[in-house]
Amino acid sequence: MPKMSGAQALLESLERQNVDTIFGILGGAILPVYDALCGNKKIRHILARHEQCAAHEAEGYARASGRAGVCMATSGPGATNLVTGIANAYMDSSPIVALTGQIPSYGVNSSYMIGRDAFQEADILGITTAITKYNYQPRSVSEIPQMVTNAFHIATTGRPGPVLIDLPKNVQSNIDEVEFTNTPNIRGYRLPQPPDPAKISQAAELLAKAERPILLVGGGVILAGASDEIVQMSDLLMAPVATTFMGKGAFPENHPLSLGSIGMHGNPAANRLIGEADVLLAIGTRLSDRATTNLDTFAADAKKIQIDVDAAEINKNIEVDLAIVADAKASLKMLLTAISKKLRKGEGKAWTNRVKEAKEQLSPLLKEIPRDMVPKALLSELRKLLPQSGIVTTEVGQNQMWSALYMQVLQPRTFISSGGLGTMGFGFPAAIGAKVACPDRMVIDIAGDGSFIMSEQELACSVMEDIPVIVMVLNNSVLGMVAQWQRTLYEKRYNAINLGKTPNFVKLAEAYGAQGIRVNSIDEFRNAIKTALNSKVTTVIDVPIGSETDVVPFVPPGCGLPQQRGDY
Amino acid sequence: MEPGKTKVISVLVENKPGVLHTISNLFRRRNFNIESITVGATQQKDIARMTITVNADEKTLEQVTKQVAKQIDVLKVEELEPGNFVMRELALIKVKITDSKERSDVINFINVFRGRIIDVSTDSLTAEITGGPDKIDAFLNLMKTFGVLELARTGITALARGAKSIRIDE
Repeated sequence: MPKMSGAQALLESLERQNVDTIFGILGGAILPVYDALCGNKKIRHILARHEQCAAHEAEGYARASGRAGVCMATSGPGATNLVTGIANAYMDSSPIVALTGQIPSYGVNSSYMIGRDAFQEADILGITTAITKYNYQPRSVSEIPQMVTNAFHIATTGRPGPVLIDLPKNVQSNIDEVEFTNTPNIRGYRLPQPPDPAKISQAAELLAKAERPILLVGGGVILAGASDEIVQMSDLLMAPVATTFMGKGAFPENHPLSLGSIGMHGNPAANRLIGEADVLLAIGTRLSDRATTNLDTFAADAKKIQIDVDAAEINKNIEVDLAIVADAKASLKMLLTAISKKLRKGEGKAWTNRVKEAKEQLSPLLKEIPRDMVPKALLSELRKLLPQSGIVTTEVGQNQMWSALYMQVLQPRTFISSGGLGTMGFGFPAAIGAKVACPDRMVIDIAGDGSFIMSEQELACSVMEDIPVIVMVLNNSVLGMVAQWQRTLYEKRYNAINLGKTPNFVKLAEAYGAQGIRVNSIDEFRNAIKTALNSKVTTVIDVPIGSETDVVPFVPPGCGLPQQRGDY
Repeated sequence: MEPGKTKVISVLVENKPGVLHTISNLFRRRNFNIESITVGATQQKDIARMTITVNADEKTLEQVTKQVAKQIDVLKVEELEPGNFVMRELALIKVKITDSKERSDVINFINVFRGRIIDVSTDSLTAEITGGPDKIDAFLNLMKTFGVLELARTGITALARGAKSIRIDE
């Protein structure tokens, strides 16, 4: 068995997992790993400017590529700064592996040190228990290879999620014999079972007989790589497809049967038709509060079938009539075969006519698109200029909900947003991570001014590491989404929402060595996007919009999906 | 204990640090109400058994079980079939004694409840009572008339009746 340090064992284990990038910031307790990284040709280290952004970058990398993203930080504040990023990955089921330094487990006098509140000590295992799929702390060098193999296996299989490995400094620097393995060894970890044929048959029966079937597709379909099967299912049943916010991209939104996404700020066509369906097939969605709004009235007339890889998601939010606990792709394949045997051809014309009618009446993008500096016009213009494979990330707030409504997403893994946790500041570092994973593709962060300034220091990272992305700041000089709530739900009692005219985003970009462009018309916007798409350096486009523009329509708290308010 | 709503689940877990934290944190996080939790070794040295009593309806119990089962350090979870398991709890109760009449009354009660006296002093007496929670509650009520100085209860531990067993084959 080879002899090496814990840090070397870690890096070799990461290489065996085909890790090519680590997003991180160093510090005292992780120095042995950074020392071992000196001269490493296989792993690129990207220096983030805040650990939270390192975690978001790893998540952007993971969601664009489908491979686990890796982030790294030192002990104490480095580790706790990762926490929001880890929680974000947990809520959105993104596979990331977070590596943290820890103070030495044994001090110079051989006494146990962890737990004595040493300098930069934080109980990161305790802190992250509720927001990781699993976490590890090796006590010796020889444990490291198996731990890393297990961590990547856990992060990427079943329902993906974040895994953290906390590395005491002495374990990084100690030298011992190690044995490498690519075989995970976790007896309490159960991989998804194949779909139950009896349940598939019952589901096929329900769907084949349905007069008004509808598919509701969540982020799980993207994770399972089951987009083709959704297209086939929709074609076979002539069923319209709505997605959740996280499911955007799982079904091409320019398809005649696409309804866009459901939810509080969903597409009205989707929100309306889900209430008219007689059979609902929900795949890879936890049917969260933002997607379903009122749990009691959600798809009240429909028999509900739910497919999810996580048994705990069945009946958690919405009670269903039939549940299939298995991988989405495997389930859909079996279901397609089972349905095609049962289906009678030439039916369902009335429903597809209704779908067409509802879309024409209700879909925002099928209504008139103005030529002003308004989000609908800007995002429609962006869609025309961005290649189909271009990756869109968003920040959180109005920019995100306008993206949900107006940005047509055509391919899986080309729309990356903080859906579950709603983390402002996510979009820009996620864009950097996505660009590292897919250097040949265009990446644009649809941002708001409030969110972007939470991560703007990563401009330094993108410029120095030569990772050109585009940030389009929908600049309304307010924290727009909360301003909208204060306007509509708190009788215009505005408080703490004003951001003023600061910063000057053009000068901010230039201060970091990036390119800044301010636009004042749709034509200037189009030219700026074209310039940015050809730029070798990150471009920030400052797009001023009205500070009282609402995201409409929306479902007020307590109401059901069809009860959307607001002219649009 | 509210009859009908109290459920006992038996959980086999990896016998290693942090597992109790993971499980108890999960209950807090998901707002599941634990009535009692006991943890101890099993016949297999790397496996521990947690016996968790929860006050929950069927829907909540389904969520509890699934969320617990999802934990990677959990090897097996089962609800003990109502009416088909044995359960015991142990309580140590220190009672205030003011005279010999009280002492002999307390001793009589302990005998009726098949308990044991495990410590005596001039002005106190400590009893050990084993049984179901109802029996312990009943005994405790009697002792209140004398004055309970201290009470320690272990919480319920339980096993399925008969040959049926919740175990991990080696």
